[in-house]
Amino acid sequence: MRIYVTSVFVDDQAKAERFYTQVLGFQTKFDIPLGEARWLSVVAPDDPDGTQLLLEPDGHPAARPFKEALVADGIPFTSFAVDDIEAEHRRLEGLGVRFTQPPTAMGPTTTAVFDDTCGNLIQIAQLPEG
Amino acid sequence: MGDVFKALADPTRRAILDELADRDGQTLFELCSRLVMKHQLDSTRQAISQHLDVLEAAGLIEARREGRYKFHSINRGPLEHIVDRWLERP
Repeated sequence: MRIYVTSVFVDDQAKAERFYTQVLGFQTKFDIPLGEARWLSVVAPDDPDGTQLLLEPDGHPAARPFKEALVADGIPFTSFAVDDIEAEHRRLEGLGVRFTQPPTAMGPTTTAVFDDTCGNLIQIAQLPEG
Repeated sequence: MGDVFKALADPTRRAILDELADRDGQTLFELCSRLVMKHQLDSTRQAISQHLDVLEAAGLIEARREGRYKFHSINRGPLEHIVDRWLERP
């Protein structure tokens, strides 16, 4: 068994596609109409066959209260790895991304948390080398 | 107003103040991460939330809502009163 896809609940798929591709820098992998919604997934450009991130509509009535409670406490929905977190923080802030936590050393890992504009906080992490 | 001395009597609450003194304006998530990674304090989020309530009742921290987020800040006012009480000579 392998993990081929993971997902975030987004409030608007078109807005999410713009943010996750144009701002974060992922690329669209699949965009398949499924009734009202789309099977819309993105991948890292340097790992196009890697795990997909599904931008999944948060239309279920339980999804939004859940997301709002996480955001109020600053809890990220998921985490992405970056090579240089200081550079990534500068780049994203320059693009207007709102951080709730600037890069902070948490033991050997440095993490930061930002708002994905689709109702989630997302963590980026620079993991220890090796 | 809660008791400042009672609020300061707990080591976890003192660690919370240490971390807010390091960087002001933290979410509950950041505080919990710092406590576990830097102080090996793996209390539940609910327990930390209750510690924050005690510190807030004693006036030692303030919580402010900014849009959808909630940030916690240190308030040094009550600590200055302690200094005034015993360290300031007439």
